[in-house]
Amino acid sequence: MQWMYRQMVLIRETEEAIARLYHEKQMRCPMHLCGGQEAVSVGLCATLRTDDYAFGTYRGHGIYLAKGGDLKQMMAELYGKVTGCTRGKGGSMQLMAPEVGFVCASALVGGTIPEAVGAALAIKLRREDRVSAAFFGDAATEEGVWHEAMNFASLKKLPVVFVCENNFFAVYTHMSHRQATDNIYQRAAAYGMPGVRVDGNKVTEVFEAVREAVVRARSGGGPSLIEARTYRWREHCGPNWDEELSYRDPEEAKAWIARCPIQQFEQVLTQQQLMTASQREAVRKEVLSEIETAVAFAKSSPFPDVSELMQGVYAP
Amino acid sequence: MMKTDSRVFIFGEGVPDPKAIFGSTDGLQEQFGPERVFDMPLSEAGMTGVAVGAALAGMRPVMTHQRIDFTLLAMDQIVNHAAKRCYTSGGRQAVPLTIRSIIGRGWGQGSQHSQSLHAMYAHVPGLKVVMPTTPYDAKGLLVASIEDNNPVMFIEHRWLYGITGPVPEEIYRVPLGQPKVFREGSDLTIVGVSYMTLEAFRAAEMLAREGIKAEVVDVRTLRPLDDAIIMESVRKTGRLMVADTGWETVGFSAEIVARVAEKLHGHLKNAPKRIGLPDCPTPTTPALANHYYPLASHMADIGREMLGVKPSGNNSQRDKPAIHLDIPDRSFTGPF
Repeated sequence: MQWMYRQMVLIRETEEAIARLYHEKQMRCPMHLCGGQEAVSVGLCATLRTDDYAFGTYRGHGIYLAKGGDLKQMMAELYGKVTGCTRGKGGSMQLMAPEVGFVCASALVGGTIPEAVGAALAIKLRREDRVSAAFFGDAATEEGVWHEAMNFASLKKLPVVFVCENNFFAVYTHMSHRQATDNIYQRAAAYGMPGVRVDGNKVTEVFEAVREAVVRARSGGGPSLIEARTYRWREHCGPNWDEELSYRDPEEAKAWIARCPIQQFEQVLTQQQLMTASQREAVRKEVLSEIETAVAFAKSSPFPDVSELMQGVYAP
Repeated sequence: MMKTDSRVFIFGEGVPDPKAIFGSTDGLQEQFGPERVFDMPLSEAGMTGVAVGAALAGMRPVMTHQRIDFTLLAMDQIVNHAAKRCYTSGGRQAVPLTIRSIIGRGWGQGSQHSQSLHAMYAHVPGLKVVMPTTPYDAKGLLVASIEDNNPVMFIEHRWLYGITGPVPEEIYRVPLGQPKVFREGSDLTIVGVSYMTLEAFRAAEMLAREGIKAEVVDVRTLRPLDDAIIMESVRKTGRLMVADTGWETVGFSAEIVARVAEKLHGHLKNAPKRIGLPDCPTPTTPALANHYYPLASHMADIGREMLGVKPSGNNSQRDKPAIHLDIPDRSFTGPF
């Protein structure tokens, strides 16, 4: 529980730091912040072991950090530095930390969903005790590959967990303008797998649902789908609030922000006497100092040498 | 390979079915079991993603398509994902994936079953593109492709399935990236791609009867391409014809012509010539398809022209309507 709290605060404060620093124009890549959605990636990753695989999306800072990715390498990547997790080649949208099982992310909606299923196939062929998690947004369920991947995963009873982080918007377009029915989790039934909907702003709810799915996957019971409903606080891409675009109801946004996943979790921690206010404050301080160190590391790191331009096109 | 490397598995539409991809996967499922040899849902994009994910997790998948046209459904996974992973991971990841596909031709395959799309894939850094002509190269290049740590588009031609030639029983490799002199000559270089290497060879034989010595180079790998052998040949002959199975416009033949023009401009005795498909989709009726595909006789005509030699009698096959040009030989009876 303390770990989940720490990770959620780490993700929130990291995104806030990026939002503050982005205006310096030193982070020169598109930035899709996940502030407000922390509970989904943290609830998911809390159920996974380090050697389990996770595949993410271009809004991927949260899952990168939740899976245990190194903060310094992430910040350096955002600054385009050679010390970044992909030496400045992938940027914010293609973070990766394979050393802790965060295999990759993609700038293409839905792109990593079948890849997560492929990793699950590898697990099954090698008879390993591992699971693979596909982490994606609501719009990815409109892509053909989502359906194709769900079907194949169920057909072969693969150890994969599908986690849909439903924030209701594809850029500025609400799901009701894109999907005939609001029932992502129910579509699991069509592919013969369990599907549940949870409050994606309640980390314990996400954790419980995913844990059940992970246990099922690990024991040969095949895939599951979890739809976690949450909300993106800032703009689709960039550091700003975006109420002036008026594509979302300000009351709706206010209501979601009032249901902040971190504040809600703080109440749980207090009620269950798991963390005191001063302990929480200590966590926050520690996290802020970690972020400060990571930003300093990123800023002081060198850019990749020009000789790196043509390196890594092919694997040796 | 499947005997010695447990990471290799093969799947695709029809892999274990009775026709077994024109016999190329015959008996594999019986030998290696349904876990490593399996048919797939008709989900080209999703299943390519599955293969990429398995490759990222350390496996060596071999995906098989009966027609290259079907790979277009998987362009996102091939171009946006498989081709990019190594570079955008700063060299930390590799996608050892082989995607076999077949170019169809004849018996009315038409516009969606006979395209030669290799140039599209050869355009993309991060992919390798292999097109064998001979049975020996088909095996050696396939072994090298499966062992390669990168995504390889391994493109076969339906009309090469009837070709016979010596193939050693044991595992051997033909290195990716190297063209081969298919037939030696000193007057004219014809660079062939896949099946067109055979047509080039036939054209060279026709020209030989008239004393013209054409050299035929089989390109074998489109990307990466070490063009030294091609340059050496053109330096010797001073004349270049490129015979491609695909369209001429923005095609692979243009790449060869451009490289030669850039590197050997002063050595060329004539303007180089591209031989490829005209700018239209493949028609179905043999009446039109006969005029769609370039023939050896057509290439021989151009060869004579480049050498300034008058043709000795008319041997154009197009003037003999009794011959069906929509099959490679009499053993080919269709329908696929």
